[in-house]
Amino acid sequence: MFDSITLGQYYQTDSALHRLDPRVKLVGTFAYLIALFVVDSWVGYLLVALFLAAMIRLSNVPFRYIVRGMKTILFLLLITVCFNLFLTPGEVIWQFGFLKMSREGLSFAIKMALRLSLLILGSSIMTLTTTPTQLTDALESLMRPLKKIHVPVHEISMMMSIALRFIPILMEETDKIMKAQIARGADFESRNLVKKIKSLVPLLVPLFISAFRRANDLAMAMEARCYRGGEGRTKMKPLVYQGRDRVAYGVLLLYFAACIATRVIF
Amino acid sequence: MSMIKIQKLIHDYIKRDDEGNAAGTVRAIDGVNLEVKPGQFIAVLGHNGSGKSTLAKHLNALLFPTEGTVWVDGMDTKDGANLWEIRREAGMVFQNPDNQIIAQVVEEDVGFGPENIGVPTEEIWKRVEESLKAVGMLEHRKKSPNRLSGGQKQRVSIAGVIAMEPKCIILDEPTAMLDPNGRKEVIKAAMKLNREKGITVILITHYMEEAIDADLIFVMDKGEIAMQGTPREIFSQVKRMKELQLDVPQVTLLAYELRKAGLHLPASILTKEELVDALLGSEPGNSETPESREQKSDASGEPDTEADKKEEEAGNGNQG
Amino acid sequence: MGIKVDDICFLYERGTAMQVNALDHVSAEIPDNQFIGLIGHTGSGKSTFVQTLNGLLKVTSGHIYYNGEDIDGDKFDKKKLRSDVGLVFQYPEHQLFEVDVITDVMFGPRNLGLSAEEARRRSIEALESVKMPKSLYKSSPFDLSGGQKRRAAIAGVLAMRPRILILDEPTAGLDPRGRDEILGLIADMKKELNMTIILVSHSMDDVARYVDRIMVMGGGKLLYDDDPVKVFRHVKELEDLGLAAPQITYIMKLLKERGLDVNTDCLTVKEAAQEILAHRKELHV
Repeated sequence: MFDSITLGQYYQTDSALHRLDPRVKLVGTFAYLIALFVVDSWVGYLLVALFLAAMIRLSNVPFRYIVRGMKTILFLLLITVCFNLFLTPGEVIWQFGFLKMSREGLSFAIKMALRLSLLILGSSIMTLTTTPTQLTDALESLMRPLKKIHVPVHEISMMMSIALRFIPILMEETDKIMKAQIARGADFESRNLVKKIKSLVPLLVPLFISAFRRANDLAMAMEARCYRGGEGRTKMKPLVYQGRDRVAYGVLLLYFAACIATRVIF
Repeated sequence: MSMIKIQKLIHDYIKRDDEGNAAGTVRAIDGVNLEVKPGQFIAVLGHNGSGKSTLAKHLNALLFPTEGTVWVDGMDTKDGANLWEIRREAGMVFQNPDNQIIAQVVEEDVGFGPENIGVPTEEIWKRVEESLKAVGMLEHRKKSPNRLSGGQKQRVSIAGVIAMEPKCIILDEPTAMLDPNGRKEVIKAAMKLNREKGITVILITHYMEEAIDADLIFVMDKGEIAMQGTPREIFSQVKRMKELQLDVPQVTLLAYELRKAGLHLPASILTKEELVDALLGSEPGNSETPESREQKSDASGEPDTEADKKEEEAGNGNQG
Repeated sequence: MGIKVDDICFLYERGTAMQVNALDHVSAEIPDNQFIGLIGHTGSGKSTFVQTLNGLLKVTSGHIYYNGEDIDGDKFDKKKLRSDVGLVFQYPEHQLFEVDVITDVMFGPRNLGLSAEEARRRSIEALESVKMPKSLYKSSPFDLSGGQKRRAAIAGVLAMRPRILILDEPTAGLDPRGRDEILGLIADMKKELNMTIILVSHSMDDVARYVDRIMVMGGGKLLYDDDPVKVFRHVKELEDLGLAAPQITYIMKLLKERGLDVNTDCLTVKEAAQEILAHRKELHV
């Protein structure tokens, strides 16, 4: 029942992007997103689109796979476009009943659609080429300066990675409990809101109990394996910048500068 | 030196009422003494609630004695300074395969223990590879644990313990949630580590078929050690085992029924070959194998029928 | 009457590269008042099969008829089917959620639209059937022991008064005594309540001594469907499936191989002992 969520799930293959240090990809995604909101001209959008196309090419992930993930949010995209299309005041160029489309609205809607698609595609490129573990590692490493002001950086990243590990397990469990309660006549499809909330009790109580039991077990298993926080820990896969990562930072810098330039010039 | 030595161990759990105040205690372990020598394969049998899991947690310093002492490789578990060394030396595998795998990639999970004890990166990679190889999971190193079967997950857990280079592994009902194939995989992996690497294995289980190849069996009941001995000594006491709510192999049970009906069979039959040999007479050429000699010595010199009668009357055989 | 399964298939992740034929053209009939053992290793399709029987999973192709009616028909009442074909999942105690045992057991009957009074009456009956001590009716289900929890959960399905009761691995994770208690209980229920019971298991030894009929699944197919004794004659094929015949079967086969002319169709220790004693004169002891 949860199979349809493929948006941005890690795609296992070998590519230049897969091999990049996750910190580069994380920083790069931020730079890309900021640049996306910096540009405001057709030339600028073209530049972003070209950059994205190059990244997709470099990622070795089939374009069809990426687009299939987009399907789930296509609806959201359409609504946004319609709002902009018909609700932006300006010079009317087309009318159907009470629906009025303005020139400004059309231009704004296209830009918005472009911006949203580029945003989603761009950030999914990161998650498609980076495992969740690498991502949390990168976050831990990038946030390290925050340790000085007593932010528990290691603990936060450990929690994130454990949460990611248990999401599929708990989803499967939800499915199982739901089926078992349906077999006892439970109705999870009621349209009445009060009934709907009430019907969740037989699902949520067992789910919480199970989650707590798992947490307890896992804590004990971690202790038994000598886990005692981040102090004195070594890393099996430490993050070390390679030549290609430095090149990538260079490319990112150039790209960012170019985006600002389009804003200034056009 | 003994791998594990336990002297007069008592463990009380504190019972709490609805407000969380202490309301008396429950004694889970009541005066256990035992010793495990390096390199032994030990099975601890007992029904649910017999205290065997509590005992296991003492061996890894996850629980501490209420009274008495537990030494792991000579280190007292009550001494806080020994804590991490004990947990490294006596690794632990738990029952639920899903609730002890931390990482999202098999090899990273195996590396978790070494990371915690500060092993250098290069060395971690070497250990991860060796450990995965030792349990036959090397080909799955890049997989997500969610894509593995129960038996495979438990083997990953064992590899995670091995990577810390322990002297002893404690398996706390590692097969209770697995299907028969998964059970066999896990026991085979543990057996191999014991035989090939000389790691002491303490297997806690309620499946008697997993204990048949152990060097020594401890049977627990009501927090005490109710029986101890070789598998042959233990399983020949069919009545006593039933009292302790445990199984004996079906072959032993059949031999027991036949003996009750008046056939003269030894009490220590464990395999179908032994039973058939005893019923039909050995095939020519293997009448005096080391196996059958051992059988005779195990029968403690008494005529089988008499030993059997004694057992029936007293309801308990040679207690530990 | 009962269930008629006509050439059903079930595909997981249909149309993707990960497509799995969980059920591959399975046909069978499940009559009233029979004790059936359904055996297969993990991934054999047995869990999928039982979930299609009460409509939790919709078959990809083929039909299932309950009392002659297609369960995927437009007018068919699925809720009625789910109460008539009770399904107890693996580790059913994980689904307990109410404040006390009896209220939890009443969940099913209440969902059928029964009055509180009627639901309570049925629940007490169900709890009696699973031999739950009266003193525990008002306890929190979370305070029970492992075996008691499982019995409470079974009662929760039993209280819906199913005509067919399916139990998926009811002994998983229990110790030998817990296992024997649950199996004994199920056998008693079968006798007292005159219903069809399908016991899903991967243990031949557990199933052999109780059931009238064994269905063996492997790779999504129904491979054997016969009397236990006849199924266990295929020792070799069962082993290839990762299953095994009861240990007693192996002993009797070895005796026969070594020249003692015993009937190898024994399933229990008692039967085997009788059979061996019948050949007493030929024995060496």
